[in-house]
Amino acid sequence: MHLTVIARVLGIFLMLFSLTMLPPILVSMWYNDGATEAFSIAMSLIFGIGFISWLPVRDVRQDLKTRDGFIVAALFWFTLGLAGTLPFMLADNPGLSFADAFFESLSGWTTTGATVMTGLEYLPKSILWYRQQLQWLGGMGIIVLAVAILPMLGIGGMQLFRAEMPGPLKDSKLTPRITETAKALWYIYLFLTVTCALAYWLAGMSTFDAIAHSFSTVGIGGFSTYDASMGYFDSALIEAIAIVFMLVAALNFSLHFYAWRHKSLRHYFLDSEVKFFLFILAGGAILTIAALWLTDTYDFGGSVRHGLFELVSVATTAGFGTADFSVWPVFLPVLLFMMAFIGGCSGSTGGGMKVIRILLVFKQGIREIHRLIHPNAIIPVKLGKQPVSDRILESVWGFFALYVVTFMVMMLALMATGLDQVTAFSAVGSCLNNLGPGLGEVAAHYGNISDTAKWILALTMLLGRLEIFTLLVLISPSFWRS
Amino acid sequence: MKIIILGAGQVGGTLAENLSSEKNDITIIDTDTVRLRELADRIDCKTVYGHGSFPHVLRDAGADDADMLVAVTNSDETNMVACQVAYTLFRTPTKISRIRSSAYLKQTELFKADAFPIDVLISPEQVVTNYIRRLLEHPGALQVLDFADGKVQLVAVKAYYGGLLVGHAISALKDHLPDIDTRVAAIFRRNKAIEPTGDTVIEADDEVFFVAATEHIPKVMSELRRAEDSYKRIIIAGGGNIGYRLARALEKDYRIKLIEHGEERARYLSENLNKTVVLHGSATDKTLLEEENIENTDVFCALTNDDEVNIMSSLLAKRHGARKCMTLINKAAYADLVQGGMIDVAISPQQATIGSLLTHVRRGDVVNVHSLRRGAAEAIEAIAHGDRNSSKVVGREVSEIRLPPGTNIGAIVRGDEVIMARSDVVVESNDHVILFVMNKRHIADVERLFQVGLGFF
Repeated sequence: MHLTVIARVLGIFLMLFSLTMLPPILVSMWYNDGATEAFSIAMSLIFGIGFISWLPVRDVRQDLKTRDGFIVAALFWFTLGLAGTLPFMLADNPGLSFADAFFESLSGWTTTGATVMTGLEYLPKSILWYRQQLQWLGGMGIIVLAVAILPMLGIGGMQLFRAEMPGPLKDSKLTPRITETAKALWYIYLFLTVTCALAYWLAGMSTFDAIAHSFSTVGIGGFSTYDASMGYFDSALIEAIAIVFMLVAALNFSLHFYAWRHKSLRHYFLDSEVKFFLFILAGGAILTIAALWLTDTYDFGGSVRHGLFELVSVATTAGFGTADFSVWPVFLPVLLFMMAFIGGCSGSTGGGMKVIRILLVFKQGIREIHRLIHPNAIIPVKLGKQPVSDRILESVWGFFALYVVTFMVMMLALMATGLDQVTAFSAVGSCLNNLGPGLGEVAAHYGNISDTAKWILALTMLLGRLEIFTLLVLISPSFWRS
Repeated sequence: MKIIILGAGQVGGTLAENLSSEKNDITIIDTDTVRLRELADRIDCKTVYGHGSFPHVLRDAGADDADMLVAVTNSDETNMVACQVAYTLFRTPTKISRIRSSAYLKQTELFKADAFPIDVLISPEQVVTNYIRRLLEHPGALQVLDFADGKVQLVAVKAYYGGLLVGHAISALKDHLPDIDTRVAAIFRRNKAIEPTGDTVIEADDEVFFVAATEHIPKVMSELRRAEDSYKRIIIAGGGNIGYRLARALEKDYRIKLIEHGEERARYLSENLNKTVVLHGSATDKTLLEEENIENTDVFCALTNDDEVNIMSSLLAKRHGARKCMTLINKAAYADLVQGGMIDVAISPQQATIGSLLTHVRRGDVVNVHSLRRGAAEAIEAIAHGDRNSSKVVGREVSEIRLPPGTNIGAIVRGDEVIMARSDVVVESNDHVILFVMNKRHIADVERLFQVGLGFF
């Protein structure tokens, strides 16, 4: 454990984060919404804390070890969650309590998109902007951003990078150097965001709404600047744009990198994860649309429009809404919810367990069946034409097991606070998968549950975003034994 | 620079480590996934699993826009084919390959432009053999490095009580040796670098690096430690490639005994060496060493493949009266552990080899690079080009050149003339400038010094 290195890196990260308060300050000054002071105080406070922890150890030149990487990543997300609460608490409107602010801040960072606030239309524009921006920064990961722009992280950067990147294949780098990889990811992310904002704007959103929604669409967050979410615009075109960008952002970014490098789209259709993802979505879409239509919930056009949007929105774990899917008939609420467990592809901004893990678990199940039929056969699990090493399969199983255990524990904890089973089940599922909306009491927002429940859910979101291991490693005794 | 390294072995790994810390894009190819993962954890590089000479593997590694291919796998054939593939399919500008077998090396026409397109051949065994040979020629030296075709040498010595200069300032050297020109390039005291000035007092146990014309080296060394008799009787342990080459190179001038473990190999050695006495047995066998008069041996060279055997046999030889021992040690951690104790000189094959590779990675017209002190410091020989306007060195006095901190110019070779870098010497075009860089972080600045401005072309 190298406390000095950790303090130094953390200090630099905090100072870096304080700079992201500048855009909300500008927005606040532009609209003159009275929140300028809150943001300025938050900015100086965060910068000050970062500076203080950096100053005494600024000359320490040591590499981050694997263990330090875990601590820095976990501490960083935690402190960011805390630091992110400042504007919510300092601004007169909304002036949230600490628990509420922490929930809202983590919901932003982890791109969950669950909110405790209602009456979004009456909030200062800068606060709205700030929420969206949190989701955008959290989407690709602020550690990845830091690795991209701070060359000093070097090889230690890889440890941090690994702690934050989603998916089981954490070692695959796009370029030889980690800094370049992180930069490439952010360029792609930035490009998608700008394109998305332009598309929204051309489809009729105001400039502010277009930028704000592009942040949460490409980050697969789900925050909106209106209580009615995407439904406010009531425009099929905007919904179609949102569907396209949610899908693109839920694909593995290394595929986008490849497309950009080689100017070709062919590989998207050769990638088995993408194929499986689209296959599940198509199946889900057919079921959803058919069920909506046959139960006469909507006419056929409405069934297609709402069914498709809600399905993509939930399955990619964005969580935008045009309709309240929690009151849809028969199996639909639970079906959509299950889709969120699968989530986006590895290396994307989506949440959930990641398509590739489900695919691998599924393929392994099939392998067991084959083994029963041919007891002597040697059957490798393959992705595309590449065999997958047993080491990766083991890690997928380990993840799967811990995901289920985490889910159970958190759900029991939530029920202990007095919530009914449907609410507890959906709230934990929604937070663990970084989805946002739930069922029952938390279908629209999380404002009515107790503070204890909010804390539990905030922790759940963090577990989901950092894919459990990064946090659980810290509570294992062997980690602390030197 | 984008560099692909084939083979994640000792040489490949060390090279990757050295280069990636200098902001190069490194991709390593190997067929050993465990070794690749280990490297990826330690070094900021990309790893590709596969057979290095296969086109699709090279393409995966980014051969399309690579600047350099370094083929250092264990197989000569793989290395050669990889260079051919890189040349034919990817037009890789620089291709460096390790070739071990002299069967290939003897046929020089194999490596001409119309045959195997290899730009630089390196043979680590040969490099290490030369390295040991120079050490044997200069008794008492820790490291001897050649520059400008051997006209100038950089020598590292440990200062001892009894040396005339020990306890005196460096400037006193001129009074002791009025007709010999030398410069102290660096002093390492308790593993910390000291930038030497005229007033620096040399203490016992300092590691002193100095530059001098080759013929003056023994004189200067005698200032720093009691002069040693030149070596005569040498025992070499390990008849592998290095031991064999060394014995063959030295057997004319020294009396050499070579201990080899394998019977068949020992027979082969005895048939191919003329004056050397080849002994079949274990280097760690005490009775064998005693029978062969270990107490009258000047130098015991432990050159087997096995670090542990090398260290143990050296300790044993030393205990039983060998005057000096030189030990080949692959693991850097071991080398730090034993050097300066019972073992007089620890030889790191990677460090000896890496210089010849670094020479081709350095920008500017660099003809020689020697890695020192496990890669922390470097000695560079660069050629100055251009004129006062286009170059940052030509036409300037040594004191005028803006060197990065911890860097100094040791000597300048102009044609056949060796000039010590006094502060008023003016650098001319085509001079070979020998620099000592104490901290590798400043290498890039040194490279920039020797790059010619746009005006030149």
